[in-house]
Amino acid sequence: MPEPGPDDPPTPARWPTALGRFWWEFLIGDTPELFLGVVAVVGLLAVLCLRPGLRTAAALLAPLLVAGVLAASVRRAARRR
Amino acid sequence: MIATATPTGAAVLATAVFLACAVEMVEALTIVLAVGVTRGWRSTVEGVAAALAALVALVVVFGPALVHWVPLSWLRLVVGGLLLVFGLQWLRKAVLRAAGLKAKHDEDAIFAEQVDELSALPASSGRDATAFTVAFKGVFLEGLEVVVIVITLGTASRRLGLAALAAAAAVLAVVVVGLLVHRQLSGVPENAMKMGVGLMLVSFGTFWSAEGVHASWPGSDLAIPVLVAFYGAVAWLLVAGLRRGAWRPDGRTSAGSANA
Repeated sequence: MPEPGPDDPPTPARWPTALGRFWWEFLIGDTPELFLGVVAVVGLLAVLCLRPGLRTAAALLAPLLVAGVLAASVRRAARRR
Repeated sequence: MIATATPTGAAVLATAVFLACAVEMVEALTIVLAVGVTRGWRSTVEGVAAALAALVALVVVFGPALVHWVPLSWLRLVVGGLLLVFGLQWLRKAVLRAAGLKAKHDEDAIFAEQVDELSALPASSGRDATAFTVAFKGVFLEGLEVVVIVITLGTASRRLGLAALAAAAAVLAVVVVGLLVHRQLSGVPENAMKMGVGLMLVSFGTFWSAEGVHASWPGSDLAIPVLVAFYGAVAWLLVAGLRRGAWRPDGRTSAGSANA
């Protein structure tokens, strides 16, 4: 029996692999720095929000951190071209 | 506190879903037209209908289930994180394309390539399995991203109906325009639309992921349009910097190298 090609529709036995591959491509793909950056930003915000007095500061800090992740990823792409 | 309880939040949400769905459907339309022109329309239309039915089923099955079974704060944390990753990917690509460091999506070239590939395959009498499969895959794969956007934005804002309606309106708009012009929509400003979607996804992602860890937004969901404006300014600065040659190892500017 020939091996299934990458473009063949997944059989039921291959659905978990296909689903895993979809989410891997969807979330990580060729930009793992974005995924890791988002995890780090959300983790840092969660730690800050443990202190109720810092919850507004955490919200204000969030877009600055996210913008930093975007800038770092764009910089990485530009340097590779 | 329910995010997007205000008309402003709802409008941003509907716009994000509409634009995301329209961009993906423009790409799907190119594939569908190529299949229809080369292989005939009957099986192509059946493939499109089957794909749309499968996408609607995904929203109907997973959307309400998430709303009913997952606590709102957890939903917003996970959805916010997903939207951040997804939105940053869209925004990064749009910034690189606007700066000329990444080739823009060329619907004419994709259409010609698809027609060449499909014309080389043997013709089929009666139902055409190739036409059905290619049309199904084109619409389903392009639509999966839209389904994720509809489910995440719709469930986290508790406005799944509005998100689904905006997506359906976009599908309808692209189909009507496609029928009227009867060719691929190469004149659509896809990169500008993708930039807009990326800005809105990142803004919602920031808002909800921060809410999910109990951060407190000044102005509640009025912060969302402020976030869109902030990220718009950041994207503009990045594009301007890249065009001036920032971060390029050789210091070259990227003006005039749109297909680099």
